[in-house]
Amino acid sequence: MQKKWVPTPIEIAKKPDYILPGHRLCAGCAAPIIVKLTLKAVPNPENTVLVNATGCLEVATTIFPYTAWKRPWIHNAFENAAATASGVVAAFKALKKKGVWKDEEPTVIVFGGDGGTYDIGLQALSGAIERGHKFTYVLYDNEAYMNTGIQRSGSTPFAAATTTSPAGKVIPGKPQWKKPIGFIIAAHMNAYVATVNPYYWQDFVVKVRKAVEYDGPSFIHAISTCDRGWRFDPSLSMRISKLATDTCLHPLWEFDPETREFKITGQSLYLAKNPDKIIPVEEYLKLQGRFRHLFKPVRRDDLIKTIQDRVMKEWKYLLKLAGFES
Amino acid sequence: MVEEQEERLLNGDEATAWAAYHVEPDVVAAYPITPQTIIVERFSEFVADGLVRTEFVSVESEHSAMSACVGAAAAGGRAFTATAANGLQLMNEILYIASSLRLPIVMAVANRAVSGPINIHCDHTDAMNVRDAGWVMLFCEDAQEVYDTVIQAFKIAENPNVLLPVIVSFDGFLISHTAQKVKVFKDPSVVREKFLGGPRKPAKIKLMGQEVELSLNPKNPVPVTFGPLDLYDYYFEHKRQQSLAMQNAYNVVKEVHEEYARLSGRRYGDGVTVPYKLDDAEIAVVAMGSAPGTMRYVIDEMREEGIKIGLLRLRLFRPFPYRDIMEKLKHVKVVGVFDRAQDQGMMGGPLFIETRAALYELESRPKVVNYVFGLGGRDTPPEMFREAFDELVGISKGTVKPFIRKYLGVRE
Repeated sequence: MQKKWVPTPIEIAKKPDYILPGHRLCAGCAAPIIVKLTLKAVPNPENTVLVNATGCLEVATTIFPYTAWKRPWIHNAFENAAATASGVVAAFKALKKKGVWKDEEPTVIVFGGDGGTYDIGLQALSGAIERGHKFTYVLYDNEAYMNTGIQRSGSTPFAAATTTSPAGKVIPGKPQWKKPIGFIIAAHMNAYVATVNPYYWQDFVVKVRKAVEYDGPSFIHAISTCDRGWRFDPSLSMRISKLATDTCLHPLWEFDPETREFKITGQSLYLAKNPDKIIPVEEYLKLQGRFRHLFKPVRRDDLIKTIQDRVMKEWKYLLKLAGFES
Repeated sequence: MVEEQEERLLNGDEATAWAAYHVEPDVVAAYPITPQTIIVERFSEFVADGLVRTEFVSVESEHSAMSACVGAAAAGGRAFTATAANGLQLMNEILYIASSLRLPIVMAVANRAVSGPINIHCDHTDAMNVRDAGWVMLFCEDAQEVYDTVIQAFKIAENPNVLLPVIVSFDGFLISHTAQKVKVFKDPSVVREKFLGGPRKPAKIKLMGQEVELSLNPKNPVPVTFGPLDLYDYYFEHKRQQSLAMQNAYNVVKEVHEEYARLSGRRYGDGVTVPYKLDDAEIAVVAMGSAPGTMRYVIDEMREEGIKIGLLRLRLFRPFPYRDIMEKLKHVKVVGVFDRAQDQGMMGGPLFIETRAALYELESRPKVVNYVFGLGGRDTPPEMFREAFDELVGISKGTVKPFIRKYLGVRE
């Protein structure tokens, strides 16, 4: 699984796309970028089966009679993408044993949003990981139920305003912190887990390749900017995505279940070595309408500091896990 | 030609496991729940002993069991599961999806009362709660019929004119846990090869001008998208196609039953309904599951007394065989419909409502009354049925005032 693969931009650009143009995802949405990068990282994309949880990606790519998917693709329901995938994996395994399927068993990749992963689909995901099916679960995390119109999920960050955690006169957005989904999956101790950021595409594709080549379950946590839900101009999508990692809000790391080691990677590794380059979270927050109440009508230094302190606390925890002494 | 068989002492759950062993599905995904658990226990022994090449997926819930079956069937495999009661309720969302995706999944249901209050014993409320989910539904009377019907179910489900999932129901504990002599084929290949024709062959469809397998097969010239968003411009047509498939299932159930009978030597009526002493009957009772066994005993007793009473057991519940009901009951004066299911807020039990609706089409209609009985495994002794049957006789003679619904064997 530790094969060294350093893809060049040309190599990646030349690989075919398996999500085709004409889908109806919003301009500025990171989800199709995440899908493209994921499938460009798969060594044998022609022998791939895709599973999709209910959500923006599913709805906007398959309005009957059209489909944007150039690979076999199944959507079952919201909470059961991982269970559905385990059935697909098991079927090909049995068909292979019986000699009905003669090729390599297909690579099975799941795409699920944060609602389908952190909340309603957590049980099915945990079960499928525990059973050890060989599949790759790609979480595109846009930090709320965007498909139903921006409701808070277990992934919505502290203080973010959503339609069910509005910034009110008394309660300033979501009172709870984001669930550490990557650590939860890593705690199963049998899955390759990595966080990725589509802006840092090289780190992204290298990790996805490791994930699909790992002989067991794997989990990729991609931050997925949402201009409609986060309230920013679509042109800022990748800039905001970059800041998520540059501020250490979405640090890049991976967990190897064989060695039980956490490794900080890519831009985050650079920041671990050069802490002075870490950008204050305010730079990330102030670009997004969902955090506007932290700046207007009155600037909420207390809340901004609370967020900054929490981010640094979690960053330090990660540094410790990854063996950085500080 | 009837194939060689051997007798085994099996309860209904074990008979199901033996049927699954002889079919050798590609994937069995299941979760334990009383009174179904013996099925997955026995089947996992067949897996552990290397008797089947099935992938046994012990999922973390029934919801995931059905979800995994959907994935496995969409991948082109044969998928099987088993459940009961609350487990079936938990699956409910995915049952509708499985049938709309036209996936030939087979599921055994050991009928059990639905919580609450929690109760592990027999009634049909669990199956009745999913009667509109688009699954073909068969009800068995004993363990032998369970073995035979589970095998038939795969062939019904996979028929290209059907392509619908099938539920095989049988009474929890009364059948699931009661041992009887069951004849099973000596050679599993009679089931796997001769009857089912080898591994499942997914249906072929036309997609963008090319013939493709209706599956997730990556080798398809045009990849298939399963489960797209389907709005007001197509949803209705797809539902209409689904209801046509359900209509098609009626004949296929009969054909498969007959084809299987040639191998096994066993028949259950015509595969759809099982009439008993109905030809000259003036009074008919309608029921499903194991109760007809006791009812036949009472009917024999009453026949000896010269009372013209008979029984219509429904083996097929979905699609509902309303034409058979009209045909088989058109000459009787009184019909008693026995529902072993809850009737909360309804005009009567579900079997009653649909049977009565079917008979409404007749020019000269019999009186149709309902008995709700045996909920939560309440005992159903012959005397209890005798009491009800005597009441039906009374209605036919005009000595008992007709009613719509009564509850049998309950303390009021």
